[in-house]
Amino acid sequence: MKLFLSQKFNTWKGWLYLLPALLFLGVFMLYPLVDVFIYSFEEGYNSASQTYFGIGMYNYSYVLHDPYFLQAVKNTFLLVLITVPLSTGIALLISVGLHSIRPLRELLQTIYFLPYVTNTLAVGLVFMILFKKTAYSDGFVNLILNWFGAGPVDFIDGPYWAKMFVLCFYTIWVVMPFKILILTSALASVNQDYYRAAKVDGTSNFRIFWKITLPMISPMIFYLIITGFIGAFKAYSDVVALFGTDLNAAEMNTIVGYVYDMLYGDSGGYPSYAAAAAILLFSIVLTVTCLNLLASQRKIH
Amino acid sequence: MEVTLQDLTKTYPSRSKKSRELVVAVKDFNFKIPDGTLIGLLGPSGCGKSTTLNLISGLQKPTKGKIFFGEEDVTNLLPEHRGIGLVFQNYALYPHLTVKQNILFPLENLKGKDKLSKQEMAEKAMDIAKLVQIEELMDRKPGELSGGQQQRVAIARALVKMPRVLLLDEPLSNLDARLRLQTREEIRRIQKETKITTIFVTHDQEEAMSISDLIVVMNKGIVQQIGNPQAVYDNPDSLFVAKFLGTPPINVFEGQIKNQHLYIGEEAVLQLDPLTKEHTPRKVFAAVRPEAFVLKEDGPLSCKLSGVEVMGRDVSVVSTNSASLTPKIRSIISAENKLETANPVIRFALRPKKVFLFDKETEKRIYVNLVSQSEGGMA
Repeated sequence: MKLFLSQKFNTWKGWLYLLPALLFLGVFMLYPLVDVFIYSFEEGYNSASQTYFGIGMYNYSYVLHDPYFLQAVKNTFLLVLITVPLSTGIALLISVGLHSIRPLRELLQTIYFLPYVTNTLAVGLVFMILFKKTAYSDGFVNLILNWFGAGPVDFIDGPYWAKMFVLCFYTIWVVMPFKILILTSALASVNQDYYRAAKVDGTSNFRIFWKITLPMISPMIFYLIITGFIGAFKAYSDVVALFGTDLNAAEMNTIVGYVYDMLYGDSGGYPSYAAAAAILLFSIVLTVTCLNLLASQRKIH
Repeated sequence: MEVTLQDLTKTYPSRSKKSRELVVAVKDFNFKIPDGTLIGLLGPSGCGKSTTLNLISGLQKPTKGKIFFGEEDVTNLLPEHRGIGLVFQNYALYPHLTVKQNILFPLENLKGKDKLSKQEMAEKAMDIAKLVQIEELMDRKPGELSGGQQQRVAIARALVKMPRVLLLDEPLSNLDARLRLQTREEIRRIQKETKITTIFVTHDQEEAMSISDLIVVMNKGIVQQIGNPQAVYDNPDSLFVAKFLGTPPINVFEGQIKNQHLYIGEEAVLQLDPLTKEHTPRKVFAAVRPEAFVLKEDGPLSCKLSGVEVMGRDVSVVSTNSASLTPKIRSIISAENKLETANPVIRFALRPKKVFLFDKETEKRIYVNLVSQSEGGMA
């Protein structure tokens, strides 16, 4: 009996310890999440009078038929599908390179890490200066293109592919330092004895990389791919830094940008549409992450 | 394969920036390892035994000296061209590959005319798995195996190419006591069956003594003594070797040779053989093996009793003596002996064959024949 009581007391005490965290999570995570979910089904919701006409799928139907939203989905998916594999692949190449050279390694590692501590908007500004074509100058990149005989391209206000190129270039450049940091530390943590054992057995460098290094750091690569996917799906500030706030006009909006515009933009004031778009984004990210996890269970040792 | 080490020396630049002195890891190692033997490289950590192994494997290049496998000079050959198998202390099994894939790994590296068909590779892997008795574990991952099983897989991987020389780095240090006993017999059996010249490194003297054909005792990069384990134990060349071999460790006393007797403290414990003449008195270290002590009521050596540990077959008597270099003296006595624990002073006679004398400066052995007090008949 006494034991039972003390067990009960212990459970009670456990909950008490959890309370602060649960409180914060509940108020700032769970409640908004549920609320957004509810909003997304309330048709004709008015935030001033807090009234709505009815419950239904109209918000989703509106958002899914909105050409701006479809444009945003297309942009976001292009961004994700191009930048995640490319940035991870390039980061892997650079990390392996950094890992195999001895002189100046620390200096180079610092240089490669610098973009990480630079402000997004500042970087965006620099990119704009590099790529923008104005009445006075074609910009630095166009200058280089000119040397190779290619015509000037307006990367900021020009054709769609040029803008997408700048956005992808920028995103890859911004996410690279973190990936390099993770991968170099993953490479450094592989026990040297594996390499020595492989060397004694006369394993070629290519085979060592393919059969030992890659599987050994695969959990970290996988981590980078998952966080890369999530990060790219949530892209917004980078786009603003490059193309300004009127993203719909520039055809460069992202899903998060669309949600923001629906809430606060010039055409904003529609929390129900914003909520529906947010739930759609949530379900996309969830699906992709689950697919990633499923794929990894077979591949990651 | 006979392995010859000729003036083998390895020096490193010193870690500290102040001194430009070189750190000597191995110095002038000369040894011809006979074909098909099991050699134990033995010494405390930092004695150069692992460096020696790395030099033989080719993972490190010697500063000076040469290494021959048979007649072939392999000093400048890369590890993969030497035909060696190497088992690492932590086994270094690839965790993402199954046991079978691990064993196949070295075979899959073979190129050109050595290339094997899938069939041949599978056969070789199975043969070697049978030899080390892991054939039922082939589809498991290393993480699912016990330490002893991992050890066998590591040996199988090292043996699958039938190396000319097998090298093992601290092969038993990651195993618990019971497995260690089992595995060392296993290593011995595998070595006998394959007849591959095998060199293994250990800091555990019991391990080295129990399975080696020859042991090499090293200290500070210098070979102290090479020989059959029992011979080295019975006849240590230096105080270091005497202290390093044997559990419990040997007991060292400040002693003196004068008047044809060996004195420990003020007591004449043994007599010098009448045929050997040591006229001038000299101070020595007298090292006495634990099993040299014999309980005797009128024994010449008196010690203060401080405790008795019963270990089943034997009794370990712990006592003190002011001439001892260590605070406690440990002696092993058969359990049949009656020990009067009430008496604070116990007296021992010493077995002369188990007592060694060493020079106080050089710590080298002084070869004199000792005999028991009574046999001498003079005292």
